[in-house]
Amino acid sequence: MLSAFARHAATGARQAAATPRAMSVAGTPGLMSVTGMRFKSRMAAAEEAKPDTPLRPLEETETYDLPAFKTHRMDLGGLPTSTTASGAQLQEYFESMYRMRRMETKADELYMTGHVRGFCHLYNGQEAVAVGVEAAVSYEDYLITAYRNHCQQLARGDTVEAVLSELTGRVTGCSGGKGGSMHLYKPENRYFGGNGIVGAQGPLGTGLAFAAKYQGTKNVAISMFGDGAANQGQIFEALNMAQLWRLPIMFMCENNRYGMGTSTARAAASGDFYTRGDYAAGLYIDGMNVLAVREGIAYAAERCRSGEGPVYVEVDTYRYKGHSISDQGTGYRTTDEVQSMKASRDPIDQVKTMLVDGGWATLQSLKGVERSLRKEVDAAVKFATEAPQPPPEHLWKDVLSPSASGESVVRGTLVTKGGKVGTPL
Amino acid sequence: MSKVFMFDALRAATDEEMERDLTVCVIGEDVGHYGGSYKVTKDLHSKYGDLRVLDTPIAENSFTGMAIGGAITGLRPIVEGMNMSFLLLAFNQISNNAGMLRYTSGGNFTLPLVIRGPGGVGRQLGAEHSQRLEAYFQAIPGLKIVACSTPYNAKGLLKSAIRDNNPVVFFEHVLLYNLQEEIPQEEYLIPLDKAEIVRKGEDITILTYSRMRHHVIQALPVLLNDGYNPEVLDLISLKPLDIESISISVKKTHRVLIVEECMKTAGIGAELIAQINEHLFDELDAPVVRLSSQDIPTPYNGSLEQATVIQPHQIIDAVKNLINSSNIVTT
Repeated sequence: MLSAFARHAATGARQAAATPRAMSVAGTPGLMSVTGMRFKSRMAAAEEAKPDTPLRPLEETETYDLPAFKTHRMDLGGLPTSTTASGAQLQEYFESMYRMRRMETKADELYMTGHVRGFCHLYNGQEAVAVGVEAAVSYEDYLITAYRNHCQQLARGDTVEAVLSELTGRVTGCSGGKGGSMHLYKPENRYFGGNGIVGAQGPLGTGLAFAAKYQGTKNVAISMFGDGAANQGQIFEALNMAQLWRLPIMFMCENNRYGMGTSTARAAASGDFYTRGDYAAGLYIDGMNVLAVREGIAYAAERCRSGEGPVYVEVDTYRYKGHSISDQGTGYRTTDEVQSMKASRDPIDQVKTMLVDGGWATLQSLKGVERSLRKEVDAAVKFATEAPQPPPEHLWKDVLSPSASGESVVRGTLVTKGGKVGTPL
Repeated sequence: MSKVFMFDALRAATDEEMERDLTVCVIGEDVGHYGGSYKVTKDLHSKYGDLRVLDTPIAENSFTGMAIGGAITGLRPIVEGMNMSFLLLAFNQISNNAGMLRYTSGGNFTLPLVIRGPGGVGRQLGAEHSQRLEAYFQAIPGLKIVACSTPYNAKGLLKSAIRDNNPVVFFEHVLLYNLQEEIPQEEYLIPLDKAEIVRKGEDITILTYSRMRHHVIQALPVLLNDGYNPEVLDLISLKPLDIESISISVKKTHRVLIVEECMKTAGIGAELIAQINEHLFDELDAPVVRLSSQDIPTPYNGSLEQATVIQPHQIIDAVKNLINSSNIVTT
């Protein structure tokens, strides 16, 4: 089953439009490194310049320069230096990323108001990675990641309601309220979570790729982990097996520069994560640019499909919030650093600029889209706070799968109101 | 019927299930070209190829995790721990992934996985190669645990384990691979959750498993000769414990002796006694006694090693004490 993104990528991205304008957004000096103020004032000027111009048809495309990739044991010349995107694609990327940003912001609020407990790891700033991946591959390909996984659940086809009500522990959650923030899954779209132990998903992801090879398909697996997890031994064990058996897997390091409170400089002897596959090919991608992620992942996926073996992908990204809710995110980095990333490299602002500069949208029209997405997320928040709790008997549900001899009995007791221990099951 | 070694019975079970179901595969160290360090997978790779009988690097944590990843897509991997002790390196994968993925996903995953291999005290293999992990794993939710003890039950249990849709930790014993027994040539399966009645009796219930079953059997001639009539149950299923079969026996005999190879502290016997206390307290004429291995790393020296595990003469003494006197002597 193709994801919506994959359909667009397949049909629109690499063909020249009827009226191409080779407008190089990324190539314009200084544009992609504007400060927040320059962005806003430039947008306002653009608004004044064309008050009533009809919007450009969405199927029309532009060509954009891509930020430089870096490769390890792989020919850099094979990667594209520019790519084409249609207004429809950019709009889709914008809506997905904005929806993710709103959902995460609301998850933060739900936590502060006591509706979400335990751990909650937010993705604000990293949205281009989740969206770019889905623009490059399909739901036939496997995806697995760690605990910063709310947005992957959306990207793999679930609803904001299912994610948020899992965070609030309701029976309507995607895991029935039994998993929580770190355990979201969408197996029918080949998304395998949602894993709480740092690095343990590396071998699981290797198993997904093993299954693809075992079954003789051309599917690939993307096994995501952070810069902190990159120092786990099991990642190297998994890389060894993947290279040995030429498994179709991308080991994808989301380098957001901090493993909780420890910067990569203080945890990793080598901060060039894309080279740490050593004998395995590596690829470095600017993870704040959704088109770069799309093109880089598409390239690496093709290489994997060809049977050449794994690719260690590093996406350079950034999280605006702390490691989790309990972490302010300021003890180990400056607020200047956070603010300047937001101002100069925000993934959503980048796509907004492309949409407005390309004539497919205005600030006003985008505000309208944002408003309706906010309403959608607000409705999901209401749903998540009002949905029913799982019934008590779900305590013992799904510990084991049914077997030939019937439903397996799990021993348990439910203390009744009188304080008497109930009959052991 | 044909006479087979235990390792052959296990191999036949694996072979038959791999032939029957293409998703069944074997993953482990030296399982393929080397033929398996205990010959359980001998020659299977020439029949099924290098992918279905996969020789792994020495990386227990990650190849166990890889097998779990395969299982959640629909493969049915059999992970071999060359020695079960080595799988302590994979404890996180076994507990937090195999044990938990079905539950944390709200039932979205089925995890058909077998983790098998030899454990137990051998012949002077040294402490690190003489471990008993069954008690360590017994607490983990989401797992099934069985211990085979004869060629007959080994074959039937392994087939059931492979067909079960849950992670099954399947304990074999280093010293039992060369046991020989006549087994049926027709296909048979043995349920994973039922204890095996080794001998029917009247005056005491002996609960045991794996190699200790055979030490109990060795104690029987003296006991029978001296007029005792023990009922012997091989637990087979260590998780869940077959409390139903145990209850039927205890209601008849009113005395229980546990003979186990795991350490006494927090061993299988500890859980058994707790459950017997909960369900069968009024049926007991004496406290439950457990004969367990010493709470020590296994020494290399041969006589010391023998003293680490329970020997038949200790079983004989314990049975007699339990039945005769009100002064219960425990080791």
